[in-house]
Parts: sequence; C-alpha cells; structure tokens
Amino acid sequence: MSELTQKVSGQPIVVDQAVGPWKEAWRSFKKSKSALAGTFIVVFFVLLAIVGPLFVPQAINEQNFSMRLQAPSSQFWFGTDDFGRDIFSRIVHGARLSLTVGFFAVIFSAVIGSFLGIISGYYGKWIDTIISRFFDIMLAFPSILLAIAVVSILGPSLQNALIAIAIINVPNFGRLIRSKVLSVKQEEYVMAARAIGMSDARILWRHILPNSMIPVIVQGTLSIATAIIEAAALGFLGLGAEAPQPEWGKMLADSRQYLMTAPWTLIFPGLAIMLTVLGFNLMGDGLRDALDPKMKS
Amino acid sequence: MLNYIGKRVLQLIPVLLGMSFIVFLIIRAIPGNPAQVILGQKATQESIAALEEKLGLNNPWYVQYFDYLKGLFTGDLGESLRTSQPISSEIWPYLAATIELAVFAMIIAIIVGVNAGIISAWFQNSWFDYVAMVIALIGVSMPIFWLGLIEQWVFSLNLDWLPTSGREDVRNPISPITNFYLIDTLIQGRFDQFGIVIKHLILPGVALATIPTAIIARMTRSSMLEVMRSDYVRTARAKGQKMFLVVYKHALKNALIPVLTVIGLQTGLLLGGAILTETIFSWPGIGRYIYEAIGYRDYTVIQSGILVVAFIFVMINLIVDLLYTVIDKRIKYS
Repeated sequence: MSELTQKVSGQPIVVDQAVGPWKEAWRSFKKSKSALAGTFIVVFFVLLAIVGPLFVPQAINEQNFSMRLQAPSSQFWFGTDDFGRDIFSRIVHGARLSLTVGFFAVIFSAVIGSFLGIISGYYGKWIDTIISRFFDIMLAFPSILLAIAVVSILGPSLQNALIAIAIINVPNFGRLIRSKVLSVKQEEYVMAARAIGMSDARILWRHILPNSMIPVIVQGTLSIATAIIEAAALGFLGLGAEAPQPEWGKMLADSRQYLMTAPWTLIFPGLAIMLTVLGFNLMGDGLRDALDPKMKS
Repeated sequence: MLNYIGKRVLQLIPVLLGMSFIVFLIIRAIPGNPAQVILGQKATQESIAALEEKLGLNNPWYVQYFDYLKGLFTGDLGESLRTSQPISSEIWPYLAATIELAVFAMIIAIIVGVNAGIISAWFQNSWFDYVAMVIALIGVSMPIFWLGLIEQWVFSLNLDWLPTSGREDVRNPISPITNFYLIDTLIQGRFDQFGIVIKHLILPGVALATIPTAIIARMTRSSMLEVMRSDYVRTARAKGQKMFLVVYKHALKNALIPVLTVIGLQTGLLLGGAILTETIFSWPGIGRYIYEAIGYRDYTVIQSGILVVAFIFVMINLIVDLLYTVIDKRIKYS
C-alpha cells in the first residue's frame, strides 16, 4: 500500500515503524496466555512430527507378539498394542500423518476457497450468484457426511480423506474471503489502482489478496484443528488411513476390542488428537483476537 | 412475516435441487464402471448389465437425474441394493432412533450449556467461570468418538452403571409404534422399559452433547456479559430487582438471540456427529444405517441417507431463522 502511495505522490513517505500492524498484533498475541499455550502445543507437535520419528525407540510396524498388550512401562512408555507394537512410537509417527493431512487439506481448501471467493466477490453479478449458490449447497450438508460421500466415491485411503476434507472446507474459506473482498474493493486504494489503469489481475493479486488474507490465516489455523479431527474420524470409521498406518483415529478404532484389557491403547491416541486440536484452537483464537478483533463473535 | 417465510422457502429451492444433484452424483462419480464397483470383482457381465438397467445408468445423465428427481417428489428414495426394500419405508426406524438421540443430546446441551454460560457470566472471573470455560475449551477440542469410548470403558465396563450399546434390552424388546422408544414405552405404560431406554440414551447422548454444550456455554457467556453491561440491566438492578430475576428474566431474553443461532447450527451438526456416536454405541440410527451401507457398497442407501440428513439440516436452519422473529420482535423481515 505504501508503495502505491509513493508511486502516486512521488515522494518517499516515512512510515512509523514502531507500531506496525503486525507488531501490534504480536504484542496483543503475546499478552494472551492461552494463545501462547496453544502455540507451545502446536510447536511441540510440529517438532514431534518432523524430528520425533528419528528418535523413537521402535520401528512403527515392528510386531512382537510376545510383547502384545503390555501396560505402560519404562520400556514401552505408552504400552503396546495387540501386535506388540510400541504405542509411543506409533503416536509420534502418527503426529506426522495427522499434521500433514490437517495442514495440506487446509492449504488446498484455502487456496481453492480464496480463488473462488475472490472471483465471486470482485466480479459480482452472475459469477457471484453461481459461486455463492454452490457454497450454500455445500454448506447444506453436515460436513462429515459430505466427507463420507466423497470418500465413498473415491475409496478409503488417507490421501482420499485429505481430498475429502479439503473439499468440504472450501466454502468456509470462500465465503469468508468473498465478504472481505466485498469490503476491500470499496477501499480508496483499490479505486486509485483502477483509476491509474491497473489490470484486474494485478489489482486482485497485489491489493485485494494481501488485504483479505488476515481472516484466512485465522480461519486456517482453526480449520487445521477441525481437519485433524475429521481425518481422525474418517480413520476411526475405517474410511481414512489403512492398516498398518499409525494414524491416531485408526489406532482408536483398533483399541475398541481391548477397552477392558488394555485401556492404554485407547487413552494415548485420543489424548494426542485432543491436545493437538486444543493447541490449534487456542492458537487460532489468539490469532483472531490479535489480528482481527472484529471477527470475534 | 408470511412474505418472509415464502421468500425463504423459495430461496431453498435451488439449494435443495443442488443438494439432490450432488447426492445424485455419488453413484455416477464412482471412478470406472459404477455397477462393476458396486458388485465387486467377481460380478458376471449379466449381473452388471442388470444393475445398470435397474439404476438407469444406461440413460443420458440428464434423463437419469430427471427420473431421480421425479422419484424424490413422489417420496421414492429408491431401493436398497442389499435388501431390495424401498428405502423410504426402511429408513424410518433408523431416522426415529437418530432423532430421539439427537433431541435427547440437544436437551442436555441446552440445559447444561445455557446455565453454565449464565453462571459463568454472572460470576465472571470466579473459580466456576474458569473451570467451566476450561472444560468448554476442552469440550470443543474433544474427538467425540474418543469420549464415547472412554465413557464405555468407565461407565459400562468398569462401573457397570449403564449399558454399552444399543437402544433397548434385547431380552425385553420394545414393540415399536412410533419408533420413538421413549414415547412408545409411555403409550404402552411400560415404565420399566422407559427406564431402560433412558439408561441406553445417557452415554451416547452425553457424548453427542459434549461439543454443542461447550459451544453453547461459551456463546451464552459472551452474549450474557454483553447484555449485563447494558443500561436496562443496570436499571433493573438499581430499582432493587433480585439478581436472579435480573439475570434469568431480563438479561437472558436478549442474550438468547445469538445463542439460538448456535443452537440451530449445532442441532444440524449433531446429525453429522451422530454417525460417529452411533457407530460406537451400536445405536441403530441413520448414521449407522449410512455407515453400514458404505460397508456393503449399498450406494442407493448412502445417497438417500445423506440426502435425508442434509434435508433435515436445511429445514432446521430455516426454522431457526424463522424463530428469530418470534424471540426478537425488533427484527422485522421484509
């Protein structure tokens, strides 16, 4: 924005660097204990997903029937499952699966949703009507059902679960960015850009998109939380990850037969899902309060 | 008002058509030959041809869709590929089971969530407020299928207080009339069975209610905090009105509007959550009906099941929208 003003006036403008919007947001983010706690949890799980698998005691699919359904001990921190596999190692590897699915599903839906939302908000008219109706229709389905529909078409696998979750989240991003674009395009700098004859594509890319990104970042963080739960839910229903992938939801499904004899097979994978989701929720709430106080409902 | 209702209903038409089209695509979008996929690898050419004929897959897609729509308008949801029964008659007991569970869960969520939110706002920053909001935060992040399993482990298997699964005692079966077992047992005066049905409802009901309870509690709290700061509440307190009345009579009325939105939205989402809860607790509801259909590749049931749930979801949202006007007279729709 300042670049544009500079171009128009021809004079360099000194911007007060002390309290830029990002710095201010960071200040208010820092003040929130829950946001920091959430960030800590998220960073912990991200690190776990990246480097954790290098340090775990056991290969994830190493079966050892003499050690099946062992209770947590110094050798097996979280116990073993029905194949004698170390649950701790599997959860660490599972972090990689869950975070990958959550992250990429959200990236895909954010990119597609933003694209559709921007076009719909910027061009309006019939394009807007068509895209908005399309969002309405998709939002008319409870999301997990739509995901199940997609997976039942494509067949169960972790990759298809990712696609399904990406698809069902598209309208959330689309609607959000559409409403943001509707207000941004009325701003003076956009009018100015149009007045100096900038092309639509350039206006969209250089001005509208960057200025509509904040709600997407906030929604993105919160959506990773739901995407992780949705992936686990699909895995739990047998519509996501397949054996022997150490996916958390799948591990929970496998634990069902051993509720009585080996409750640790149930407790730890569930705890992992809940903590990760909690982390993203806390961080997302913090980001929302810091970046976009108006979004707070 | 009538005008507004009419307009809202008209707006629904494209959404419903779009929904039916998406659902219609479920079979047609199966990669490869749908009939082959449905019947599996060992299917003979004749059986594949017969299924294609039965599903009308040989016609152009618009003819297929038109036929499908025509069927929907006459209440024909197709035939289950597995049982060869018309889905519209087969689906009712499942749907009733889900509705009973969802209503039960929603009652828990509203009673607990609204009251927890009110008390948290009333005693802001008290220990109750903190504990309630931490629980709510965890509740929002809780995978309900995990919670359901933990409930089974604790309350059924360890403590033996409540049954692990199902809707009724199989040794003492209920003769269904409406398929809402709570109502059926009351009509028949079987109070022993009524108690059994309630016992079966508690664990899945609580699991299903967790997320809505948490969300309703958070929403009620923030909405109440806002209203409690307003002038008319201060006036009510200033004239010496009892705090309980101020909170529950004056403040709540206005605080409820945003809460109602959340309640409506959550009721719809319950239907989605039901598929997980029903799988864990072997609850013979529509979620389980769809889930089992996936296992049997019974695509007509998957289609119609999803359509019915989505239809109810849309209707609930419509009703919530219309309810606003009843609760908040200030909102006038044109």
